[in-house]
Amino acid sequence: MSTLWDVASEVTDPEMPMLTLADLGVLRSVDQQDGRITATITPTYAGCPALDAMRDDLTARLAEFGEVEVRVSLTPPWTTDLISDEGRRKLAEAGVAPPAHIGPRAVGPVPLTLLAPPARVTCPRCGSPDTEELSRFGPTACTALRRCPACREPFEHMKDI
Amino acid sequence: MNETENVYDALAEADHEGRWAYGAGFDESVVEVTAPAPAGVDRDDLAAYCLMLADDALVASQRLSEWSTNAPELEEEVALANIALDLLGQARVLLSRAGHLGAAERFRTTTMAPALSDEDVLAYFRDDRFFRSVTLAEMDLGDFARTMAWIVVYSSWRLALMTGLRGLSDPVLAAVAAKAVPELAYQREYAAGWVVRLGDGTEYSHERMQAGFDAVWPFTEELFLAHPVETRLVEAGVAVDPTSLRASLDADLAQLLPVATLSRPERPAVGLVGGRGGRDGVHTEALGRMLAIMQSLARAHPDATW
Repeated sequence: MSTLWDVASEVTDPEMPMLTLADLGVLRSVDQQDGRITATITPTYAGCPALDAMRDDLTARLAEFGEVEVRVSLTPPWTTDLISDEGRRKLAEAGVAPPAHIGPRAVGPVPLTLLAPPARVTCPRCGSPDTEELSRFGPTACTALRRCPACREPFEHMKDI
Repeated sequence: MNETENVYDALAEADHEGRWAYGAGFDESVVEVTAPAPAGVDRDDLAAYCLMLADDALVASQRLSEWSTNAPELEEEVALANIALDLLGQARVLLSRAGHLGAAERFRTTTMAPALSDEDVLAYFRDDRFFRSVTLAEMDLGDFARTMAWIVVYSSWRLALMTGLRGLSDPVLAAVAAKAVPELAYQREYAAGWVVRLGDGTEYSHERMQAGFDAVWPFTEELFLAHPVETRLVEAGVAVDPTSLRASLDADLAQLLPVATLSRPERPAVGLVGGRGGRDGVHTEALGRMLAIMQSLARAHPDATW
């Protein structure tokens, strides 16, 4: 069983190929019963358009071991806290600032943080702690765009969600 | 894969095995969707409720998508498309769930490919009078300031709804809600930032921002009306009472509007027609025009695959 998991966990994310689906916390389980393989994944965002590509890549990689079914489960919901330490290291290496750890979510209403100080994100290139937000939404659903005044480079930040 | 020289021929080629052109069709493999309705919950009511929540998201998503290639800056274009995508993701699971509970069957015709997914049947082959979305979702967004006011109101309301739904007993609604909460909070934060910048900006941007809230306001009253389906499902423990959501929107606006130097709009609500509104399929004419664009390709090529 560990073999199948190992094979599946090598499949990379279609939009952030420096990460595997296991690094990202998207790969939930791989089971085999009567030669039939069931892999379960969870979407990062509800509308993540990469889900189909993930399913196709997983199916192709596991096909030599048996008939493959890839299932999508929404429970428990994905959060950036599920990204492994290894995944965070790979993100930073690739110039994407990894998300902060959020911890357990409040169950009550989510307050508007209008006047709260902006989150501090360290520049993945030069390490400067003072970077500024360019856009709350980046090229993929998971990222925001930031800029580092110290090294003058723009970079992506994986949103803490 | 179809091998034809003409892309339209390829679209129209019907092998029923390929992926349908307008959806990705993963509904069968979202494991939560196939759960039975919780004990004591009426299946038709639950299907109707899933359609309400799905249509609120689908219609709003389509509206936001209209900004693509039209937004004032590339960053805002990306932002609006991202928000549209988040809402589409919510809509797809909820449409699939409604379909699993039987809501798509009456819209299937003999000319449709049997493999057409429930979510595609419900999105593309229902007329406006069968959409159960609130009329706020379908209003013309007009300019950028009005769009920001609209996102603040819509996301604040839906965030409160999803926050309540998270802890209730339908596994699909709870799962969709748990994913939706952080996404909606992020969207509300984005739009609130623009409301402050424009409201507390120049005299002209202030006027436009206030006009934006004034235009959105008449559609807010309907958000807090309980449809009989909702009332029954609240009693069954799977739905959120819409009348309980007003306090959240009021609190958000009480925090936001003073910072943005805006005043709370005081405009009369858009009235229901004979006591019926969007939840009963009675919509403004804006929805028909929107659906004509959204559904035209699917209806012209009902068997299209790619």
